[in-house]
Amino acid sequence: MKNILNFFLLLIIFLSNTLISHAAENSKKLLNPDWGFKGFFGTFDKASLQRGYQVYTEVCSACHSIKYLNYRNLGEPGGPEFSKEQVKIIASQFEVTDGPNSDGDMFTRPARPSDNFVSPYANKQAAIAANGGAYPPDMSVLVKARSGGADYVYSLLVGYEDPPTEINLDDGVYYNKYMPGNKIKMANPLSDGLVEYVDGTEATTNQMAIDVVTFLAWTAEPHMEARHKMGFKAILYLIILTILVYFGMKKVWSRIETEV
Amino acid sequence: MSDQSYTPNSKFGKWFNDRLPLLTLSKHLQDYPTPKNLNYWWTFGGILTFCLIAQIVTGLILAMHYVAHADMAFASVEHIMRNVNYGWLIRYVHANGASMFFLAVYIHIFRSLYYGSYKSPREIIWILGMIIYLLMMMAAFMGYVLPWGQMSFWGATVITNLFSAIPIVGESITTWLWGGYSVGNPTLTRFFSLHYLIPFLILGLVVLHIWALHVPGNNNPIGIELKKPSKDTVPFHPYIVIKDLFALLIFLIIFAFFVFYSPNILGHADNYIEANPMVTPAHIVPEWYLLPFYAILRSVPDKLFGVIAMFSSLIVLVALPWLDTSKVRSAIFRPLYKQFYWFLVADVIILGYMGAMPAEGTYLLIARVATTYYFIHFLIILPVLGYKEKTIDVPLSIAEPVLGGSVDPSLTKSKTKKI
Amino acid sequence: MPEQKKAKRRDFIFTASYTLGAVGVGATVWPLIDQMNPDASVKALASTEVDVSGIERGQSITVLWRGKPVFIKRRTEEEIEKARQVDLKELPDPEKDEDRAKNPEWLIMLGMCTHLGCVPLGNKGEYDGWFCPCHGSHYDTSGRIRKGPAPTNLEIPKYEFVNSNTIKIG
Repeated sequence: MKNILNFFLLLIIFLSNTLISHAAENSKKLLNPDWGFKGFFGTFDKASLQRGYQVYTEVCSACHSIKYLNYRNLGEPGGPEFSKEQVKIIASQFEVTDGPNSDGDMFTRPARPSDNFVSPYANKQAAIAANGGAYPPDMSVLVKARSGGADYVYSLLVGYEDPPTEINLDDGVYYNKYMPGNKIKMANPLSDGLVEYVDGTEATTNQMAIDVVTFLAWTAEPHMEARHKMGFKAILYLIILTILVYFGMKKVWSRIETEV
Repeated sequence: MSDQSYTPNSKFGKWFNDRLPLLTLSKHLQDYPTPKNLNYWWTFGGILTFCLIAQIVTGLILAMHYVAHADMAFASVEHIMRNVNYGWLIRYVHANGASMFFLAVYIHIFRSLYYGSYKSPREIIWILGMIIYLLMMMAAFMGYVLPWGQMSFWGATVITNLFSAIPIVGESITTWLWGGYSVGNPTLTRFFSLHYLIPFLILGLVVLHIWALHVPGNNNPIGIELKKPSKDTVPFHPYIVIKDLFALLIFLIIFAFFVFYSPNILGHADNYIEANPMVTPAHIVPEWYLLPFYAILRSVPDKLFGVIAMFSSLIVLVALPWLDTSKVRSAIFRPLYKQFYWFLVADVIILGYMGAMPAEGTYLLIARVATTYYFIHFLIILPVLGYKEKTIDVPLSIAEPVLGGSVDPSLTKSKTKKI
Repeated sequence: MPEQKKAKRRDFIFTASYTLGAVGVGATVWPLIDQMNPDASVKALASTEVDVSGIERGQSITVLWRGKPVFIKRRTEEEIEKARQVDLKELPDPEKDEDRAKNPEWLIMLGMCTHLGCVPLGNKGEYDGWFCPCHGSHYDTSGRIRKGPAPTNLEIPKYEFVNSNTIKIG
């Protein structure tokens, strides 16, 4: 048994090593709201996801794409879980280019649930050109693509401030406490009451930030709820089997005069 | 081997076995006499076999859905994560499986170092193991390139540029490796091909590794040669099988924890940004298991000598059976070596930590000291220690330690013979 | 007695381990198999909507649905009549035309010969329906097999009229 303890000790050393190296990358301590989707049984708050989708469409989607998401995902279990009909209506509000048709021409048609989310710009260069040289990143996996994850994106959204007097900012550059280097080319996107929530929730800046980050956490990891559920079952199963095999092993080794 | 005279009971079995002696092999594997005092550090061989098979199976599956093209690789990984049935599970098992594989292999290697398993007559086992380890690093590196994220791209750029340090032909070699003038689509497709090949080479080498092991038999914590089979050994089945299984299950619990609850903690966030040849990430770090070598590479100020130092750190390991001059295997009976062993463990952990830190100031200084110590350990301390160290008397057998005059009977792990 | 009890407990441990182990192996193998089934993006395309407003009587179009050709034929009165007059007893795979085309004007079926999956040619063959060039199967104006090696009639997919101009297949 002592050896197993040793093993765990080694594992802790190894883990803390990686954790430290991760933590070292973020000098500024990030805000850490109480996300419901973290932890062993973490699930997404469906209402928050639906509100977050609204914030994304009405605010972020003007510049940021989420090209790996399909409209059908909005109705799938573990997500915002809009009804099938709602998803159809949502999709049909967007125009996609399809074709070529039998005449060889491209044409536009209303999007279907099976289509990918429509991007605001035709390509990356167009996006850069329209945003003063800064590329608004695709947000499909944004939460996983930033160290600090959801905490970082949330902190950034509420981290806009007037710059300290010693810092001069160029036009189109803004000051943000949590952005590495503090300079960001995205203007503060959120302000109180910017969005009128369908479900009547008061749209404070903080509420919108929480909702949209929850939504983005889901877009980055759409199967997270399934993963948490399966993980619990898998680990419980492994523990029970381990205990059984432990006693089996003791039985087998009891035939000879050596301890295992 | 004594079990070569084995005859199957059934007529068909005998007919088959005369033509292909698989039953003899299976009998040999079951009866294979194993020292009965092996501790849990010896279970990692079985765990590693499991890891290799799990990587091959999940890798095969990922290859069914992955597209090896610079324009589509990143999107195809997202397709696996989002659309493929259980795709997220299979990819996370594969990605974290690589880390678990290395965790297990490091424990396996350091176990060998502690108990002197690399010494005569087991040098070939050790060298085969080192080749496997080298191939593992190549496979892991190329596998990390495949998602075509920022770390993939820039990691590939940095590592392939190492070869440009070679005088005269360096530039031609990197161009040849890339199939272009920088890391690009040709690089990705050839890395995919090789990433697919290497695990099967490893599998073949693992067979040789085990074959070479079954000639002299296992080393054991006391490090003495045993008569086989004897009172000191147990048949592999069921004793070792069930013990390995128990250890594997504990390992799987930890594995499952990573896969289901922090699947991305061992990776780097930048790899979820699609590769962009115009922008380098602020901080390029390899995966954790390569960090010690990365630290050695960076601690040498000269490009060529940095590369030489890194490869030398592997070569000294290959030469280890001849660098260690001590007649006694196990660190249990080598009080001085035991201390140096733990220094080395700490040294490698420090190197790993420094590999993750920026190469500047104090970090760089510590990395240089640690690198120097690494080589001193293998090239100076080990050869000298063999002659100077006063070792403790070694018992003659596991079952009867008293005969050899050993002072510590608890080494036998015997329930009844404790004095 | 205690010896027996001991033996029983030991049996229980091994039996339980084996059973539980088998369950675990099964649960692990399933994702490895299921990953080859159609994925979510393929399933999402499992139905398709077709605009049929441009098709004249007697014309037919072929559309791709689930990677297979689907014939959409707007039949003439003559063709419908011909299909309906056939004596069911003559058919290798008896099926009424009324059951095959709910709206008699529109015949919608998979364009895959039920023999070995070739695509039959339209307005061909001894029955003025379809003819498969691969092994010579003749289909009538209702897509029913009349002659040749094919065992069954051309398959009718699930479809519905969303409105008078649009058909949803699947």
